[in-house]
Amino acid sequence: MLQITNLHASVEGTEILRGIDLTIPSGEVHSIMGPNGSGKSTLARVLAGEETYEVTEGSITLDGEDLLDMDPDERACEGLFMAFQYPVEIPGVSTKYFLRAAVNAVRAHRELSELDAYEFLQLVKEKAQALALDTSLLDRSVNEGFSGGEKKRAEIFQMAMLDPKMCVLDETDSGLDIDALKVVSDGVNALRDGNRSFLVITHYQRLLNYIVPDVVHVLVNGRIARTGGKELAQLLEAEGYAGIEAESGVANGA
Amino acid sequence: MANDSNQMLDAWAEQNDYKWGFVTDIESETLPPGLDEDVVRAISARKKEPQWLLEWRLKAYRHWLTMDEPDWAHFPDHDWRPIDYNGISYYSAPKSDDDRPKSLDEVDPKLLETYEKLGIPLEERAALAGVAVDAVFDSVSVATTYREKLAEVGVIFCPISEAVHDHPELVQQYLGRIVPPNDNFFAALNSAVFTDGSFVFIPKGVTCPMELSTYFRINSLNTGQFERTLIIAEEGASVSYLEGCTAPMRDENQLHAAVVELIALDDASIKYSTIQNWYPGDENGKGGIYNFVTKRGLCEGDRSHISWTQVETGSAITWKYPSCILKGHDSIGEFYSVALTNMKQQADTGTKMIHIGRNTRSNIVSKGISAGNGQNTYRGQVKIRPKATNARNYTQCDSMLMGDRCGAHTFPYIEADNDTAIVEHEASTSKIGEDQIFYCNQRGISSEDAVSMIVNGFCREVLAELPMEFAVEAKKLLEVSLEGSVG
Ligand SMILES: Nc1ncnc2c1ncn2[C@@H]1O[C@H](COP(=O)(O)OP(=O)(O)O)[C@@H](O)[C@H]1O
Ligand SMILES: [Mg+2]
Repeated sequence: MLQITNLHASVEGTEILRGIDLTIPSGEVHSIMGPNGSGKSTLARVLAGEETYEVTEGSITLDGEDLLDMDPDERACEGLFMAFQYPVEIPGVSTKYFLRAAVNAVRAHRELSELDAYEFLQLVKEKAQALALDTSLLDRSVNEGFSGGEKKRAEIFQMAMLDPKMCVLDETDSGLDIDALKVVSDGVNALRDGNRSFLVITHYQRLLNYIVPDVVHVLVNGRIARTGGKELAQLLEAEGYAGIEAESGVANGA
Repeated sequence: MANDSNQMLDAWAEQNDYKWGFVTDIESETLPPGLDEDVVRAISARKKEPQWLLEWRLKAYRHWLTMDEPDWAHFPDHDWRPIDYNGISYYSAPKSDDDRPKSLDEVDPKLLETYEKLGIPLEERAALAGVAVDAVFDSVSVATTYREKLAEVGVIFCPISEAVHDHPELVQQYLGRIVPPNDNFFAALNSAVFTDGSFVFIPKGVTCPMELSTYFRINSLNTGQFERTLIIAEEGASVSYLEGCTAPMRDENQLHAAVVELIALDDASIKYSTIQNWYPGDENGKGGIYNFVTKRGLCEGDRSHISWTQVETGSAITWKYPSCILKGHDSIGEFYSVALTNMKQQADTGTKMIHIGRNTRSNIVSKGISAGNGQNTYRGQVKIRPKATNARNYTQCDSMLMGDRCGAHTFPYIEADNDTAIVEHEASTSKIGEDQIFYCNQRGISSEDAVSMIVNGFCREVLAELPMEFAVEAKKLLEVSLEGSVG
């Protein structure tokens, strides 16, 4: 279970997150929607522990463990995974090599034995089958020259390989055509197992037709302005964010 | 030099009969600091050299006296401590067994830790740390088995001091042909005072049955600062030579001025790989080796091929430009380099490719990594002579910066005197990204592992040129050299 309490975070002295309370019980899928600039990516990056963002108040725990006390790699090992909105390229490092390093780092933390090359490839095969993803990308350098869709697929594949407790997806739908969107959502849905939790960040309701959330939160200007069921997403699609912005009493960018 | 020190020199030169030269020299001592003709004579006498070689050395020495130390490559803001050529001892044989540590327990634990990180096997660690060899394993027998195997196919691989006695005609024919004694200041100095190094001869049509590595000559690990290496590959012969061990030398501003000469006849190929990890000095730029090396290969024969691969992570200052003279038609020269500078290190390295024959090709891949206050310069020259019809060169020069106190510089010089030449140059500079490290972190990978992964990825084309075991060692070396350079 992920528990965020009164979270405040700023960048270079400007407060971006202004008191967020959010609880995601095990096995649930929550979605965060909101206008551009409302702080969605900031929330994801604060969860993952990026240093640029300073947490000034509040707490974050994952299954009772204090995440704010951990370095980013430790958080990952503890089971937090973030699918990046813009995954970076690492030239010259094959995706396979990278993933094996990641899997073994996580396994070491969980006191599991290191996978040798053979066992690793077996795991790759198994996960690729379960997600109906092809593995040809694995021989290329990490994200290098990948199309937008390939990058997102690779992120989902990594997510499957690392077996996280808590998955954060930051605008995984952005820049995807409908076919790619389906592949990615099918992948995510295949990973829903009743224990794993998801935080799906999106600007558009479209993704939520494929990944159906249990709870939808609307983030406006660094605060959760409204929380509801999946029908809230449809309402937003029809009416836009203006109504909620007005109602929450803060104009975007104020 | 005073009279009594002359006597001392004479006595020193006379002591111990020459037996196996190199191997039995282990008991010998260090020549007092200073350089004059008597020192040159003493070195030559100590090695029982023939008259021609003594004359050769003296000529080099006299020429050296007329030359000026170059000062073009260093950065004004780096504290350059002038080299006192009379403060150096020009012959420093391995310590006698009495002075050496008797076991690993007596060795500086920090040194051992470094070896361990590099994955060097335990026995080898002991040898590198200078533990008396017989306390570790019998290096002589290792070297001998090795040599016998080579002798079966006619390959000669021995210390050059030994080759002077056993193969005088080959040494006399080739020594200084490619790097003449008057070539440059440091080559002249080396020619005057070189103490040892390797000699390799691969006869016609023979593919050397194993990688030749200085490692198999354990005692060469302690060779002086003026090595001289000569490799000759006859028609159709081929050889891969690996140089250098990863032992950090804990010396203060020591001068290392080696000369390496390669010659490849028709259809011959020589692959020369180096891992250089001399002591780099400390964070404040105190201590460390001045690594001023002249390396040159002559592709004399048609279709000959010389390939240099280097991974340079050590030394306070490196000036080094392994070059190829592409004289034979259809000959190929290659240069693959990784140079890493951290702390206050400076590396000024690159290559010269001189195209003389028709259809000659050269390929240059240089990867410079700068961290800390390190300065990294690629300096290369591609020269296409008028008769080199259809010459091709491809140069790729990439720099990576870690942090904002370090620097990367690129000086490619191109001179094409034949219209059919095609010369391509590509260069890039990138900063190791916080975002790349964060991305790795988010997958559970520690920052340190992330940096080494990113750097190894950056260098992959060069590392791929190294023989397998060397590549593993090189990767670890890059890792160790970058330790602590990210927060
Ligand atoms: N690294 C940063 N430096 C400066 N400002 C930032 C940084 N990251 C985010 N911001 C600012 O924080 C606000 C929220 O950004 P972001 O979290 O990316 O919003 P969203 O993902 O909802 O579009 C924006 O005003 C943005 O300009
Ligand atoms: Mg965003």
